[in-house]
Amino acid sequence: MIGRAALAMVLLGAAAPPPGATSCSGCHVLAGRPAANTVAALEAFRSGAKPATVMGRIAKGFSPEETQAIATWWAGQKP
Amino acid sequence: MVGGAKTMSVTRRSVVAGGLALPFAARAAGSPRVVVIGGGFGGASAARALGRYAPGVDVTLVEANATFTACPFSNHVIAGLRDIAAQRFGYKSVGTKVVHAEATGVDATARRVTLNNGTVLAYDRLILSPGIDIAWDKLPGYDEAASERMPHAWKAGAQTLLLRKQLAAMKDGGTVVMSVPANPYRCPPGPYERASLIAWYLKTHKPRSKLLVLDAKDAFSKQKLFQAGWAKLYPGILKWVSASDGGTVTRVDPATLTFATDFGSHKADVANVIPPQKAGRIAAVAGVADKTGWCPIDPVTFESRLVPGVHVIGDAAIAGAMPKSAFAANAQAKVCALAIARLLEGGTPDDPRLINTCYSLLAPHYGISVAGIYRPAKGLLTDIPDAGGTSPLDAPDSFRAQEAANADAWFRTITHEAFG
Repeated sequence: MIGRAALAMVLLGAAAPPPGATSCSGCHVLAGRPAANTVAALEAFRSGAKPATVMGRIAKGFSPEETQAIATWWAGQKP
Repeated sequence: MVGGAKTMSVTRRSVVAGGLALPFAARAAGSPRVVVIGGGFGGASAARALGRYAPGVDVTLVEANATFTACPFSNHVIAGLRDIAAQRFGYKSVGTKVVHAEATGVDATARRVTLNNGTVLAYDRLILSPGIDIAWDKLPGYDEAASERMPHAWKAGAQTLLLRKQLAAMKDGGTVVMSVPANPYRCPPGPYERASLIAWYLKTHKPRSKLLVLDAKDAFSKQKLFQAGWAKLYPGILKWVSASDGGTVTRVDPATLTFATDFGSHKADVANVIPPQKAGRIAAVAGVADKTGWCPIDPVTFESRLVPGVHVIGDAAIAGAMPKSAFAANAQAKVCALAIARLLEGGTPDDPRLINTCYSLLAPHYGISVAGIYRPAKGLLTDIPDAGGTSPLDAPDSFRAQEAANADAWFRTITHEAFG
């Protein structure tokens, strides 16, 4: 066995998704969507300002910082 | 054979080590190998996630069937609301190598999988997403032959069509009896959605008929929402019997379509047995299933607690607070794929967050949902507090209709992500 650490392969690169981000695509196509739009929608869902069915319940599971990281990552994905 | 494979493996790793400065395309021969067994929502999503996020990984998806038949929305097929063709997905767009064969052996020490066509696949990491098998030894009277008379329809396909056919052939005024097992099983709210849509079918097409639901539990997912909907939509048609009230089925008789409980017996015109379940067969073969029949996993990487290098996702896994659902399998697949890529790099995977959303339909245009957000805590996937939960109990019809439409949209999106 050659130690895996010694290989220093780059498989994911710098653009690895932040925690929670990959779950979004079970329902939504967010790739390339401007981060500000996604953040605004999630903040409005969280506060109740935007009427929701399920997204209000889901948005409450993420802090503003986590929401920002998720939105930024999706914005950088190729549609 | 064993020695040869090992030699080759070392050589391959040497090539990787020697090719550090080269871009991936130039050292494709030394790519780390991931084998995925099982092409359902979990396995297909994992293969595609590796292809998308870690294209330097050499991925092979192993699936016995050429076509996948999805369980979500299969209750609509039973109720005559949907054609089964809408449930079927192929593997042509998965984008990785796909081998249509059955995995028959896993050698976790040599890191090799044996297939029933004689092929041996070497892996650096193995993902098992085998779904469920019926635990045929758990409900007296219920075996594979019995399932031709009393279908389970808990694996979508021929069983789904059999139950649909039996319902269609039943006379008006007949009695449908369903039995529901104790936890855990695939799709916790699934039996209650099925009860709802069978009741819808009876109300719409055979209004003198009844549906009796015999449950081995006293409580179930989205219970208040289901029961409020049943009182409104199906009074006098659908009767649910809890375990405390004698709902636990102890034996079935396929010759007479009879369900026995400690409190008496119930004869059916159409009998749907949702039986006890366990992880799909390859889990036991690989040694990743424990005495419960399910697979304990690390909540960060989904690596088996029992066998190193083997990861288990989807219904087969013991995922703590996460239910056994297609949504969960898809979410776990992506987290597992990323964790594996990180491990193959020699890195440490980040603590993940996962989401689950399960829609249930009580009638066409009447949907309800439950959602959860999960993170690892104390070795298990745990609910994040003050988030998730169920649809409101007091919501207008428009809200239920919106959730039904969302369920449709979810199915389209997730099947596209999983199968291309």
